[in-house]
Amino acid sequence: MRVALAPEFQVEIDHRRCVRCKRCLQNCGFSVYTFADGVVPDHSRCVGCQRCVTYCPQGAIRIERRTIPFRSNAYWTPHHITNIGRQSQSPGMLLTGMGNDLPYPIIWDHLLFDACQVTNPSIDPLREPMELRTYLGRKPDRVAILKAREGGFLLEHMLPPQIRLQTPFIFSAMSYGSISLNAQKALAMAAKELGILFNCGEGGLHRDLYPYGDHLIVQVASGRFGVHPRYLNAGVGLEIKIGQGAKPGIGGHLPGEKVSLEVSETRMIPVGTDALSPAPHHDIYSIEDLRLLVYALKEATDYKPVSVKIAAVHNVAAISSGIVRAGADILHLDGFRGGTGAAPSIVRDHVGIPLELALAVVDDRLRQEGIRNQVSLVAGGGIRSSADAAKAIALGADAVALGTAALIAMGCTVCQRCHTGNCSWGIATQRPELTRRLDPEAGAERLINLIRSWTLEIKELLGALGINALESLRGNRERLRGLGLDHQTLEILGVKPAGR
Amino acid sequence: MKQIDARGLDHRQINQLLRESITAGESQIFLHHVNGQRYIGDALGGKAQIWIEGTPGQDLAVFLDGPTIRVNGNAQDAVANTMNAGKVIISGRAGDALGYGMRGGKVYVGGDAGYRIGIHMKAYRHLVPVIVIGGRVGSFLGEYMAGGVLIVLGIDPKSGAGPLAGDYVGAGMHGGTIYVRGPLDRNRLAPDILALPPCEEDHCILRSELFEFCGDLGLDRDKIWEEPFTKLVPISHRPYGGYYTY
Repeated sequence: MRVALAPEFQVEIDHRRCVRCKRCLQNCGFSVYTFADGVVPDHSRCVGCQRCVTYCPQGAIRIERRTIPFRSNAYWTPHHITNIGRQSQSPGMLLTGMGNDLPYPIIWDHLLFDACQVTNPSIDPLREPMELRTYLGRKPDRVAILKAREGGFLLEHMLPPQIRLQTPFIFSAMSYGSISLNAQKALAMAAKELGILFNCGEGGLHRDLYPYGDHLIVQVASGRFGVHPRYLNAGVGLEIKIGQGAKPGIGGHLPGEKVSLEVSETRMIPVGTDALSPAPHHDIYSIEDLRLLVYALKEATDYKPVSVKIAAVHNVAAISSGIVRAGADILHLDGFRGGTGAAPSIVRDHVGIPLELALAVVDDRLRQEGIRNQVSLVAGGGIRSSADAAKAIALGADAVALGTAALIAMGCTVCQRCHTGNCSWGIATQRPELTRRLDPEAGAERLINLIRSWTLEIKELLGALGINALESLRGNRERLRGLGLDHQTLEILGVKPAGR
Repeated sequence: MKQIDARGLDHRQINQLLRESITAGESQIFLHHVNGQRYIGDALGGKAQIWIEGTPGQDLAVFLDGPTIRVNGNAQDAVANTMNAGKVIISGRAGDALGYGMRGGKVYVGGDAGYRIGIHMKAYRHLVPVIVIGGRVGSFLGEYMAGGVLIVLGIDPKSGAGPLAGDYVGAGMHGGTIYVRGPLDRNRLAPDILALPPCEEDHCILRSELFEFCGDLGLDRDKIWEEPFTKLVPISHRPYGGYYTY
């Protein structure tokens, strides 16, 4: 039986321009092209990643989105019709990559910053220093200073361990397996150069990345892949992954096809077996259990800061309070727009809440309970620009985590086919002929450019706000206004409507 | 030989003393009066022998990376959590989630153990973790198991009446081998588990492990072989292979 499952894209070759160099055949990771006395595309394989278009020396390729001319229907959209078609053809959950792409409201785009005019001076960041340096870690309840005998001053109590960031960005956890080693190397090199952090995700740590330990957070998740004492001590901090914004409440699954020899060495599992990270940590059923793991990790690493990463879900404020009380030094909130290397689209698209709301309620709750100083808040999950980042900080974040944006900097075009392992840009793949396309140094340079650009933009925003330290923007919702947001959303955000 | 009195010490102090002793070249360390302190031996390397008198708290031997720990008594939950190398011998009972994510070394328990024993243990090349339980175990034995060897004997005379293992044996298992001694209620197995008679290679593994187990715990070797063993293996190494469509 045939069903209407027309290709999503149409590949047009301008044969008058094409010089038959076959570069498109080499570049496409999805085997769209064959050569039979000329380039012949198979439209049904095209994912619209634009690799061939970018690398065609003649500019002879054009890719167009194909819309199936079903009778127009606002309810039974082509999305639903084709998905039902696919699932009735072969049973199973629909898999996808990257973050939630549905048109849910985007609160970032309804928040606006204040600026200084006449009565309070703005600051020109070109001429005056702007302090963006950020320290992640538990802060003391109070700071007492003593006069030292030999002159000068001393802190009365030791500060808990802190991780220094030169600018309030970190790279989100992306494991070796979900992305290529070259992509991880680019992140590591950029983090080192920028004085920020990268996170190796739950896939162990490749031997080539150990030298970047001063800028590394190692992750421990339910699969415990590649976790051993040397790994735990490789970075400056650790992260317990409880959840991920793209797939709250479900585990991870690296299919056996992606478990190559090198990946298997890093994860410490046999080649070709599925790497399963179960949905829950089966030793964590309560806050008390979480505390057990937090302190097991601290004890194993001479008390390095421990981060706990959770997805933004309905009850996130109460959960966060528990996490702080469990001894976490950093709380990483991942919003529902956060990316993934692979997730069932049913979960990615329909579970979780927006980061903006989660951040506001968590910051509020921790303040109300008087424990906000005990934890640094890292916000991630679909941060698209320095404006999103600055708004996240104004809503209460200490630092912002970038995943998708970092991949885009390395060439990703968000075609959402990470789960296939065929990434033509050499990022979300383990195929050697594809991974070698991404030069770690070139990738790092692009990442450095991006973070430097965003850092400049944040300084400019701060200047306009008349603030010379990022610390003064943290949780400073008075400097935000909401435009076109309903009363309740504004109340949750703790933000006044524009005009008030 | 180093004697440590754990009375009044917290886990940080105990581990600090253990690390110092091992760095100082002590090969035999005795911990006396242990009373519920957690994380004993956390990420501890080296080759020392550590004797524990009393009841260690949760996460005993978590991330352990070499030493041998002997407990004369019972242990609590999460023994050998993500253990890498070394050996843990417990003469009495142990709690839940023993050997979670374990990827090397051995854990021998003379008595019963709790739920989720050997959950997600995995093997890689020469690293093959082994857990032997002398008594009975709770539900979810070998859940998500990806590699290694899990043996349940049910020979501890102090073990009460009841099944050798609880329900859902091997749920989500996709690697490794479980051996159980004596009659097995197949209704307790997860649906994707195969129960087979052990072959000669299995008997080699069993003989060598049980020789060591009985030696360490002072048990009668011959009695173990009075009942036959059943070997449990997963049907597939790709349990989620058929869950997705593209």
